[in-house]
Amino acid sequence: MALKDIEVTGNNDTRSGFGAGLLELGDTNPNVVGLCADLTGSLKMDAFQKKYPERFFQIGIAEANMIGIAAGLTIGGKIPFAATFANFATGRVYDQIRQSVAYSEKNVKICASHAGLTLGEDGATHQILEDLGLMKMLPGMVVINPCDYNQTKAATLAIAEYVGPVYLRFGRPKVPIFTPANQKFEIGKAWTINEGTDVTIFATGHLVWKAVEAAQQLEAEGLSVELINIHTIKPLDEEAILKSVAKTRCAVSAEEHNYLGGLGESIAGLLARKNPCPLEMVAVNDTFGESGTPEQLMTKYGIDTADVYAAAKRALARK
Amino acid sequence: MAAAAELKEIASQVRRDIVRMVHAVQSGHPGGSLGCADYLVALYFNSLRHNPKFAMDGIGEDLFFLSNGHISPVWYSVLARSGYFPVKELATFRHLDSRLQGHPTTKEHLPGVRIASGSLGQGLSVGIGAAEAKKLNGDSHLIYTLHGDGELQEGQIWEAAMYAAFNKIDNLIAAVDCNDAQIDGHVEEILSLGNLRAKWEAFGWTVLETNGNVIEQLLTTLDTAKRLTGQGKPIVILMKTEMGKGVDFMEGSNKWHGIAPSDAQLAQALDQLPETLGDY
Repeated sequence: MALKDIEVTGNNDTRSGFGAGLLELGDTNPNVVGLCADLTGSLKMDAFQKKYPERFFQIGIAEANMIGIAAGLTIGGKIPFAATFANFATGRVYDQIRQSVAYSEKNVKICASHAGLTLGEDGATHQILEDLGLMKMLPGMVVINPCDYNQTKAATLAIAEYVGPVYLRFGRPKVPIFTPANQKFEIGKAWTINEGTDVTIFATGHLVWKAVEAAQQLEAEGLSVELINIHTIKPLDEEAILKSVAKTRCAVSAEEHNYLGGLGESIAGLLARKNPCPLEMVAVNDTFGESGTPEQLMTKYGIDTADVYAAAKRALARK
Repeated sequence: MAAAAELKEIASQVRRDIVRMVHAVQSGHPGGSLGCADYLVALYFNSLRHNPKFAMDGIGEDLFFLSNGHISPVWYSVLARSGYFPVKELATFRHLDSRLQGHPTTKEHLPGVRIASGSLGQGLSVGIGAAEAKKLNGDSHLIYTLHGDGELQEGQIWEAAMYAAFNKIDNLIAAVDCNDAQIDGHVEEILSLGNLRAKWEAFGWTVLETNGNVIEQLLTTLDTAKRLTGQGKPIVILMKTEMGKGVDFMEGSNKWHGIAPSDAQLAQALDQLPETLGDY
């Protein structure tokens, strides 16, 4: 794969990738069950609910109960996909996840849509920018933030095969589809989109497409950009990150999250421990969001293509 | 299935285990543990269809979930005396590297424990999930949960209560330890539960009431509860108990929620509790 080979094959929301993956799991894995707290349509779980009503649990607006029921279902061998908006799937039920899922080592898949600023007009009450940090701090929790429809579908299929608690984060807006259909998703394995030698951009979630655009601009200027998609925040693919910065000696992280607790922080910790080099973080600067369109918000809060581009220039200047 | 006389002897030994465990490490929760000894002995040695050769999935067994995890001493004793793990392991309660953590956990793989508890209010939801799994698996066995009355102040309990009735979770028997005691005082004074029977009934549950410190009444109530399963409604047993039951100077005092007896108090307690099965 290289930047020049990237082809946009469509435009769709990542939550629909989740819905498609869940429906496929319904067909292939009889132990998979779905739970939702009154957001079935928003989470794109309708098709699963319709086809497998006996394996779908409508919990109502009671997220704490949903997490507990999901934990209990695992005891009979079920693989629960418990889904709601990211804010209600994490912050609202942190203690339930901590005790009944993470500490109890239950095979629960917490599936969270409408994460980050790109939820848009609903505003800051719903725009959680802290969920990656909350989830990655829980021992044993796998944290995944896929970047487009295809990758989200592939991740949904992959986490059913993995035994243990997982946080799968996706979003609301339609975004370009540019990763391969029917890809094999490997948990914890970074995906190198483009090899380069001057600067590395590590991107996750909706920022991967922004990073593709920024990398294209930088390469057009004659720079050699290594672009790596870190879809799994935890466990972090430390080997891939260290190998890349050993070559480029400067890096950018890009994510739709507070810079505290996010991907950039994980990479910064790794670099500080193993191989220090300049790192510029494209993330939200420790603030709440507000109402607006996704594009307006990404621009205002500094997580747009231009911000990734500028961060790469800063990183290069610090080499 | 043990009869009442034998169960009372087991309960006496369990109470000895509780006070000895808490005394040995000078921490833990003796009051609620003593109050629930009769219920857990009646359950594990009479009603529960279970296999001490522990399997996490519990398929083909009745399952019990302790939601008020702080009364771990009584549960650990009952599990050990039921054959889940060696009785001598009770001596490791709350020690470093022990499987008998202050609050129950699956992390250390203690046989008999299927979920961590301690942070209150979560066990009813977990029990409902396990009950749903039983239904999906075509497994006709039952789910039992135990809760403190103070624990019912947690909102999640009522989310779960609403869900269970609406969704006809009729393979679930919850029990509430009604001892009117919580850390800061009497439940009635801290945050009264009001008419608890009426609350559960309004939520759509079948409600049974019993004296939770009288083995014969517990056996009858547990039998009745079992007969009422499979009729479209979840069941709750409101058990009137006494905190510290069986040790006169602890009885009825919320002070004994979470403190350990001194050497002299231990001796005084053990004098009142016949050693029936041999101390660990």
